[in-house]
Amino acid sequence: MNDDATLTEHAPAPAPMRYGCHVSDSRGQTVIHPTRDNYVATLKALVDDTFVLCTDLTAVDYSTYASRVGRPTERFEVVLNLISLERRERIRVRVAVPESDATLPSAFDLYPGTEAMEREVYDMFGIAFTGHPDLSRILMPEDWVGHPLRKDYAIGRIPVQFKGSPS
Amino acid sequence: MTDLITATPGATAEGNQEMRARSELTAREVMREVGAVLRMTEAQAAALATDNVDPTEVPEDQTMIINMGPQHPSTHGVLRLMLELQGERVLRCKPIIGYLHTGMEKTGEDLTFMQGGTNVTRMDYLSPLNNELVFSMAVEKLLGIDGDIPERAVWMRMLLSELNRMSSHLLFLATNGMDIGAVSMMIYGWREREEVLRFFQKVTGLRMNHNFIRPGGLAADLPAGWRDDVLDILDRLPDRLGEYDILMTEQPIWRERLQGVGVITAQEAVALGATGPILRSTGVAWDLRRDMPYLRYNDVEFDVIVGSYGDAFDRYAIRLNEIRESMKIVRQILDRMPSGDYRIQDKKVTPPPRARIDESMEALIHHFKIFTEGFKVPEGEVYVGIESPRGEIGCYIVSDGSPKPYRIHMRAPSFVNIQCLPHMMRDGLVADAVAVISSVDPVLGEVDR
Amino acid sequence: MGVRDVLDEGLGGLQHNFLTGRIEDLVNWSRSRSSWPASFGLACCAIEMMATGAAHYDLARFGMEVFRASPRQADIMIVAGRVSQKMAPVLRQVYDQMMEPKWVISMGVCASSGGMFNNYAIVQGVDQVVPVDVYAPGCPPTPETLIHAIETLHQLIEDGEILRRRKETGAGANVHIHEIPAGSVSTPVILGSR
Repeated sequence: MNDDATLTEHAPAPAPMRYGCHVSDSRGQTVIHPTRDNYVATLKALVDDTFVLCTDLTAVDYSTYASRVGRPTERFEVVLNLISLERRERIRVRVAVPESDATLPSAFDLYPGTEAMEREVYDMFGIAFTGHPDLSRILMPEDWVGHPLRKDYAIGRIPVQFKGSPS
Repeated sequence: MTDLITATPGATAEGNQEMRARSELTAREVMREVGAVLRMTEAQAAALATDNVDPTEVPEDQTMIINMGPQHPSTHGVLRLMLELQGERVLRCKPIIGYLHTGMEKTGEDLTFMQGGTNVTRMDYLSPLNNELVFSMAVEKLLGIDGDIPERAVWMRMLLSELNRMSSHLLFLATNGMDIGAVSMMIYGWREREEVLRFFQKVTGLRMNHNFIRPGGLAADLPAGWRDDVLDILDRLPDRLGEYDILMTEQPIWRERLQGVGVITAQEAVALGATGPILRSTGVAWDLRRDMPYLRYNDVEFDVIVGSYGDAFDRYAIRLNEIRESMKIVRQILDRMPSGDYRIQDKKVTPPPRARIDESMEALIHHFKIFTEGFKVPEGEVYVGIESPRGEIGCYIVSDGSPKPYRIHMRAPSFVNIQCLPHMMRDGLVADAVAVISSVDPVLGEVDR
Repeated sequence: MGVRDVLDEGLGGLQHNFLTGRIEDLVNWSRSRSSWPASFGLACCAIEMMATGAAHYDLARFGMEVFRASPRQADIMIVAGRVSQKMAPVLRQVYDQMMEPKWVISMGVCASSGGMFNNYAIVQGVDQVVPVDVYAPGCPPTPETLIHAIETLHQLIEDGEILRRRKETGAGANVHIHEIPAGSVSTPVILGSR
């Protein structure tokens, strides 16, 4: 009996899941973490659950992240912020994208407003979105080489004669 | 001597970013431009596409692709539009942006959290205090001090934010008027805006790009006599807004130019992610100040202005009346402004008062550390969205424990709202193109960042 | 009075009604008093440029309230704002389309030197692309500063200084002015270099 009680006390709580993905809490904000494989299915479930407004789609390059806490497994992460107008709720979606195969299915069919946002992520990070109707650079000139927001892309500062300048 | 870049012919060609001729497009791309943004089948979208002419059936030699911008008097900055016209009718429209790309998100990774305000404030340069506000709120959430900001600081932030909404909408009235042809509106709008900017200069020291709202509170307290200045503004404006009503709202020419122009449905607007006056003009009563309140918008009374037709006239009327609502809020703030600190007294975040630096070594060290190295922010990621005059402006910050943000991304409302332009212009006249752009009120600084 | 004198005394009666001067002076005077800016507003400085053209600061008293959309009709290009890599060829094309004589005012620190954006995206000073005559500092420059820059340029045009400098070096006049800070209403705006 005692052994059973201690066993159940120390058994780990089941990881919280929503829409089939792990959930975490970030400063009081709900974040779900689908994998790349169930990303589209998760977005469909979110759309059906009244999260119809996609306010933001962006990406982060974690290659020089200094801390061990909160560091994702892959180099890139694509982040979406969604709003449910009915329930007045926000939710965040974070998908890990590996560096070796930097692609992700496009969210355009579910959220047409992500068309420009995905082009910006492609331009700045080099993550290609399969199924996007027009994946081209949007902010940099067409013949620009490199993806500026990657961590291995230098800021491009020129040396200046100013005592307080960082370089 | 300086080296001069010589222009090469066709140097402004942007290759894939431009609109391609009809013959080069796949059916899917044409559908996207025509309006297959709704969760419809292709057949339904084709049926939705214009009663008069189906763009997929017009032979290509009857259409003309023209280029508007990037240097253009009416594109509200460096926006480039490629329009495919059949006679006067616009079939397709493709905006090309990036002519003001400043690398602000990359620069933001190089500046400390205290300096970040100077960077973000220049994105939406018509409402700089809102940019600073959302950035400061995101940093405070990461620091965990967002519940400890003193009351006076919160109410001061609300006051400045609402005054900024007023000055931004006044500029909208001015530029909208000038674009439609009411050139005297340009002069009138700036006249009122100068009053508000004079107040900002008295409080923050600058007319624009203030860097006044900082993580932890504000940079300084309100100066003596501020109440009289605000009352002066509130006394002048109502009569002038009444003049604009007579000059524009009730005028038949104005109505003919704007009613029925640039129509967008609620479903399209939500699908495209549009927020702010564009979404409200379609009938969706979504205002973050009311639906996801921040600061003390819960404690003040104001109405959310909602349109019903989704056209350019609704957007104009919404912004005009939002000035009146902002005045209502400012009056309530005047009555209820509490006394107290204008920033949080947390030594790690707030620099000490200058007089103390002479007396205390600790104060000197704190001041030095905050301004050179910067304060460290615990790791994590957070997204905060507030209602700017153009829609939802959001700030997404990822911090890894260092004094500089690891990644900062601003969700710019105009960047998303510009996606509405093709749907608004489709099947309209090219002469209405300027009215449509003006009613969307984009600010290219935040579009391109 | 004059006409009656002519009727009575012939051409000698016109003696009080002549103004004589050199053609260069007259041409320079008219060029400086009626120079039309080409609208090249890019970012925040464009807002301050519009404020300078509005009623409170009123550029019309300097002959510059008509911002010509077509560069062919413009004399001064006020580059107001940060010039990105994508915009630099456009800037050069618009400058090339302007007819001589033409002048350039670089308004704001982003146009003058890249400003606070020392990175991959911004051209570090429009003098990399076009020859600049007056640099106006500020972020953004107050309307008083912009008027000071314009009046400095007008004085240079009127003196003929600027055309002389151009012929020697082929570049702009490279005049740097001081910023007039916001709120300093007690400081009168100094018109021109005198």
